[in-house]
Amino acid sequence: MANIATQSQPEVLREDMLIEELGFDDHFHDHHHGDKYQSNFINTYVFSQDHKVIAKQFLITGMFWAVVGALMSLVFRLQLGFPEESIAWLKPVLGKWVEINAEGFGTLSQDFYYALVTMHGTILVFFVLTAGLSGTFSNLLIPLQLGARDMASPFLNMLSYWFFFLAGAIMFASLFISTGPFSGGWVAYPPLSALPQASQGSGAGMTLWTLSLVFFVVSVLLGGINYITTVLNLRTKGMSLWRMPLTIWAFFITAIIGLLSFPVLVSAFLLLMFDRGMGTSFFLSDIYIGGQALDHVGGSPILFQHLFWFLGHPEVYIIILPAMGLVSEVLSVHSRKPIFGYKAMVYSIMAIAFLSFIVWAHHMFMSGVNPFISNFFVIFTLIIAVPSAVKVFNWIATLYKGNIRLNAASLFAIGFVSMFISGGLTGIFLGNSALDIQLHDTYFVVAHFHIVMGVAAFFGMFAGIYNWFPKMYGRFMNDTLGKIHFWGTLVGAYAIFWPMHYLGMAGVPRRYFSFDSFQAFAHFDGMNQFITIGAILTFAFQVIFIVNFFYSIWKGKKMTTRNPWGATTLEWTTPIERIHGNWPDKLPTVQRWAYDYGKDGKEFISQVEPLGPDEKEVH
Amino acid sequence: MTVLLVLLCVALITIIVVQVGKVTELASKIRGEEEMQEAANRRHGFYLMAFMILFLVATVVSTLYYKNYFLGYGPHKSASAHGGTLDYLFDVTLFFTGIVFVITQILLFYYGYRYKAQRGTKASFISHDNKLEIVWTVIPAVVMAFLVISGLDAWNEVMADVGEDEEYIEIEATGYQFAWGLRYPGADGELGRKDFRLIKPGSNDLGIDWNDERSLDDFLPNEIVLPVNKKVRVRITARDVLHNFYLPHFRLKMDAVPGIPTYFVFTPTKTTEEYRQELSQYEEYQVPADPTDPESPMLWEDFNYELACAELCGRGHWSMQKIVRIVSEEEYEAWKATQTPHYEQLIKGTDDDPYKEDTVEETTEEVEESTSEAEAPASEEETEEAH
Ligand code: HEM
Ligand SMILES: [Cu+2]
Ligand SMILES: [Cu+2]
Repeated sequence: MANIATQSQPEVLREDMLIEELGFDDHFHDHHHGDKYQSNFINTYVFSQDHKVIAKQFLITGMFWAVVGALMSLVFRLQLGFPEESIAWLKPVLGKWVEINAEGFGTLSQDFYYALVTMHGTILVFFVLTAGLSGTFSNLLIPLQLGARDMASPFLNMLSYWFFFLAGAIMFASLFISTGPFSGGWVAYPPLSALPQASQGSGAGMTLWTLSLVFFVVSVLLGGINYITTVLNLRTKGMSLWRMPLTIWAFFITAIIGLLSFPVLVSAFLLLMFDRGMGTSFFLSDIYIGGQALDHVGGSPILFQHLFWFLGHPEVYIIILPAMGLVSEVLSVHSRKPIFGYKAMVYSIMAIAFLSFIVWAHHMFMSGVNPFISNFFVIFTLIIAVPSAVKVFNWIATLYKGNIRLNAASLFAIGFVSMFISGGLTGIFLGNSALDIQLHDTYFVVAHFHIVMGVAAFFGMFAGIYNWFPKMYGRFMNDTLGKIHFWGTLVGAYAIFWPMHYLGMAGVPRRYFSFDSFQAFAHFDGMNQFITIGAILTFAFQVIFIVNFFYSIWKGKKMTTRNPWGATTLEWTTPIERIHGNWPDKLPTVQRWAYDYGKDGKEFISQVEPLGPDEKEVH
Repeated sequence: MTVLLVLLCVALITIIVVQVGKVTELASKIRGEEEMQEAANRRHGFYLMAFMILFLVATVVSTLYYKNYFLGYGPHKSASAHGGTLDYLFDVTLFFTGIVFVITQILLFYYGYRYKAQRGTKASFISHDNKLEIVWTVIPAVVMAFLVISGLDAWNEVMADVGEDEEYIEIEATGYQFAWGLRYPGADGELGRKDFRLIKPGSNDLGIDWNDERSLDDFLPNEIVLPVNKKVRVRITARDVLHNFYLPHFRLKMDAVPGIPTYFVFTPTKTTEEYRQELSQYEEYQVPADPTDPESPMLWEDFNYELACAELCGRGHWSMQKIVRIVSEEEYEAWKATQTPHYEQLIKGTDDDPYKEDTVEETTEEVEESTSEAEAPASEEETEEAH
């Protein structure tokens, strides 16, 4: 059996030798006399410009938000699963949002229920799965895997994190204002989001929500420009585009999508702000509310939906592509086998990225757009399933005849593929507009996007964390705990989201505070309780992860060899201790693609190893 | 107190987790890293298989258990003419995706188990296979093409507006926070104009324009009643924010957008009574409607079609329920006959009535004819009082 921990020390030194011999001398030390960037605590750990530190900042901030977002979901799940149970015990935490009646029975305020749902969606989509995922791994891996000293602009990179922090701080503040946080759904459709009369949360809560997200977009753009520039300009000698690991391809294309779509969101927000504050009518018309006919005429609420989903759909791929990249890499490394169909994988990413810009209206089949238009969106939407399917087949083929090391990282990668299959297939139902008539805005949609995006992206993120934790902290996370975390999460996630398909088929709408008003939706108490219990247990398994994570930072098993997984990519040729500039002396040069595992009887061949005399490079 | 308990639990979990971590690390030191990994591979390979079997069995069992929730099965049949097409499309899609689901999940977990690293095993160097890749690109493409074609075929038919000289009933539903306002045309079969500026709470919640004579016989019932097998065109509008006109049993859903009226055309095919009879065949409907009262009518007897809102519209979004009754043609006509036009009921002769002056003038003229000019002003007052 091939075990890597015992990888003999000379191998590693060989890589050093190769770098010394063939490496590229950029006179790093001539420019960096006594590291002026990391001279004290503040500029080393707080306002750091080192991509590796910024990656950790994104990760830990993302984890904070994940916990907040998940706890919110538990509260509203309690309402859905156990509406008959008093939640007076939550009063100390939630304050006036728990309404206590004369008998001391506590119920969740309806306004706050919707605020929780909204915050949960916003936080998980943007703060956790966009910033927490892309921010962490793009920052960590782009320079390391490309053989760069750092990002193209370390300063903008730092700003990117701090804008994210600011966005988070504003969102957090909005949780504590007296009218409550925004409560109009993460998609923030006007007129509900435009009119403070329409809902408590659409007052100051909405203003803060928008402000927060505008700063968030600034963060994404600063990060994205940096990622793109770094990939295009700072690849080390020999690192041609076709030699980049799939992680980098995924981050690169994700950044491009983000750069093209997020500004559209800001424009939508800007127009929305004008409508809110300055009496314009971009999205408003013919409204009578609060006993008053408003002056706004001629606007279209549907226009906002177009602008929102022009970002919104690409956004879901901004979330999933990095996870796909991480999973491709983890699966390949731990099956000791090249990723199957490398080029097909790259072309699929490109195809998905391109198509993701022309399918947005599949979220709007039932929104009153001309039904004829939907024809095009159905066609493009279902075409997306083809490159998605190709990716799935390639992952499965990567496992075939591999020599798989089943650890927490690779298990999560396998779990990712399972989730992506389950959730991707339900997309085929929803993408067909005729079926969407019945399924739109039901729990079927909730099941679809949680499985394919929520859970799958989390699995990709976990795979990445378990795999690259040693690179981040020089220690390992405990793998047994990691595996317990995996099995609990896999079973738990399916237990939560699978039953929602049945709810959706039965027609139960999403975003309902209670199902009691309808005969048709009221028969599912048992299932709703099951889902809620599943959610609580699954959350408990995440506690294991969090404890493992923080414990391992300080007390985890120390890394003794540089390349514990026996990986070919450049990040594992850097020293164990974190140094500014990544490589102590010369930069490595790249001699081959990133997936020479098991080639010519060798366990793996590092990217810095020159091709043999008659060796042909594979792609 | 409970909060404290929760915190205590978390602390306990933390301690246990840390201890488990320590123990496993110690064990791996004693037994050797390599041996541990091999044993772990064996164990988790087995778990992968076990999970796969459990997962697929759970899928099948839950599908059977919940088969009556699947579109078009058991009591969950559609009650509209187009509904069957959608249910069929659902089945076709389920068939193809089901096959893909089972095959790929089995291969994924099986390979994870089959190719786990053990003493002496090695990976094969396989980087790609063009032929295979073409095959598995083309097959999904063909299936997708098939689904797109059947889907769009159904879509364009379902969403088509009524034809020029087709016979249909037009009704209107207006969503507002948090209820639905319904409007039926009277004998003329046409709905009158409306304008949000004319809205007056209580007397004119929809902003109907009484200057439009078509409005005068419009009536505003508080449930939807429709004859079976007649084409219906629902005009869907909203007064304040977005809503969505959702009739789950009829496979019908359409946003209600302030400023932009939308529509949905459908034909109910089963009366409420017929649907109840169908439901009565199923055990789950043969229970008392009120679980606490065994004397209450059976669930199926109590059944009604419902209108719901399916677009988040604020705190009361979940409560926008209205009853829908599908009845025979005769019952429908009889019901209509009992409805009074809103104009007659609440508007006529009030300050909102644009014809008030007319009516007044007409009567005055009559009066003028029969009386002397000098007496006229007095009689004008009288007629006004009479109204
Ligand atoms: C196989 C390809 C996929 C297809 C055909 C597809 C199709 C759809 C459609 C048509 C909807 C709208 C449903 C409705 O609101 O009625 C939808 C919703 C959604 N999908 Fe997918 N999808 C696919 C894959 C994905 C992936 C990969 C992700 C994310 C990683 C994703 C994330 C979402 C999200 C977040 C929503 C719901 C947004 C909301 O309404 O809040 N989907 N999908
Ligand atoms: Cu989409
Ligand atoms: Cu609503």
